[in-house]
Amino acid sequence: MKSALALLKKDFSSEIRTRYAINSLGMFIVVTVSVILFSIGNEKINEYLTGGLFWVVVFFTSMSGLSRAFVSEEERGTALTLQLLAKPESIYSGKFLFNVALVFSMNLIIAVLFSLLFEMFLFKNLLLFVFAFIVGNVGVAASSTIIAAIIAKAGSKGTLYPVLAFPILLPLILTLIELTKQAMDGNTVSDSSVELAVLFCYDVIMISAAYLLFDFIWKD
Amino acid sequence: MTDGTSRIREYKIEINNLTKNFGRRLIFKGIDRVYDRPGIYGISGPNGSGKSTIVKIFCGILSPNSGTITHHSGASKIESNVWYRHIGFVSPYLVLYDEFTAEENIAFFSAIREINFDAGRSDFLFEKFGIIDRKNDLVKTYSSGMKQRLKFIGALYHNPDVLIFDEPTSNLDIAGKETVYNVIKELSKEKIVFLASNDREDIDLCSEVLDLNLYKSK
Repeated sequence: MKSALALLKKDFSSEIRTRYAINSLGMFIVVTVSVILFSIGNEKINEYLTGGLFWVVVFFTSMSGLSRAFVSEEERGTALTLQLLAKPESIYSGKFLFNVALVFSMNLIIAVLFSLLFEMFLFKNLLLFVFAFIVGNVGVAASSTIIAAIIAKAGSKGTLYPVLAFPILLPLILTLIELTKQAMDGNTVSDSSVELAVLFCYDVIMISAAYLLFDFIWKD
Repeated sequence: MTDGTSRIREYKIEINNLTKNFGRRLIFKGIDRVYDRPGIYGISGPNGSGKSTIVKIFCGILSPNSGTITHHSGASKIESNVWYRHIGFVSPYLVLYDEFTAEENIAFFSAIREINFDAGRSDFLFEKFGIIDRKNDLVKTYSSGMKQRLKFIGALYHNPDVLIFDEPTSNLDIAGKETVYNVIKELSKEKIVFLASNDREDIDLCSEVLDLNLYKSK
């Protein structure tokens, strides 16, 4: 765990100095939300559509920034250095924790922007949305991290990332859209227990699969 | 090394029938060796003969297509996922973090290896490799020779049992080469040191040389 935390700390310091991910994610969020606002104009959109758009923005923002965790190490040639310094599982844990932090901060900004700019982004049961948001973010980070590790080894990284991520993130995003709708309708947590169970299972499966497979992905 | 952290431990690397292909191209075949005594062991061969490939296999970064390689410390076999703790590695294709200072790089290596950062040991090595005055400068401001010296510091910091140097003197000036040769000779008294190189001067240091050209036949 100490290795993972050391890698997390290194990635944070590196991100603060280089601003690879922060700049691209920040710009992506601003541009996407602006495009949605311009395209809607004065039209009133219903709350369900607002919830759907929220997760669409989350999905594409994740696609634009989360691959950096491994791609930057491969592109700079430091992946080999990491291989010589720690166990594969420590590397995955460090990168996963970094992506969790990045996803939470990025999605929090998107949520704040949506609540400020879209009047229909309202929840009758905010607690349910917060549950879905937290568990969903962990799922997005878990799957994005392992996909990033896979595509970092490939030639056409930029194209491959959304292509690989789409089928893997689709069940998660669909469940999150459904839960957001239910939170807007005012369902209780127990009413939405099935969807929440799906989210928990998704997270557990993705994290377990990532730990089992990472050694094979990480080493040539 | 005379900083008080050196120790002699029985370490053994055993290689059995090691074979590596990249696709249909055979790199080497049927290498059998046992390295169980401190000393300088060379790995030679022309460009593309597999010197870097075999040292990566020694470190556990690459897997062989067939054959086995095992590391032993005393009587116990070391699991391949922790070989990195026993190895110090230097090569031209090993890259440091440019956005950090030299000392921050070493502190990070120490932290990720779960070792408490020892400023005294770090300074001792910076002094030894002649870059103590630049330890607080960003690595991106370093010349390639200085980066090579810093890689040696990173490789020696955790006092490993095995040192693997792939083209150790590349990018180094005459003074740098001299320092490296002295360090290698000193280390070889108590550790297993591998030198993968084409350079005659490097190979002349070795007590035994593995010529990869002899392991090419199908």
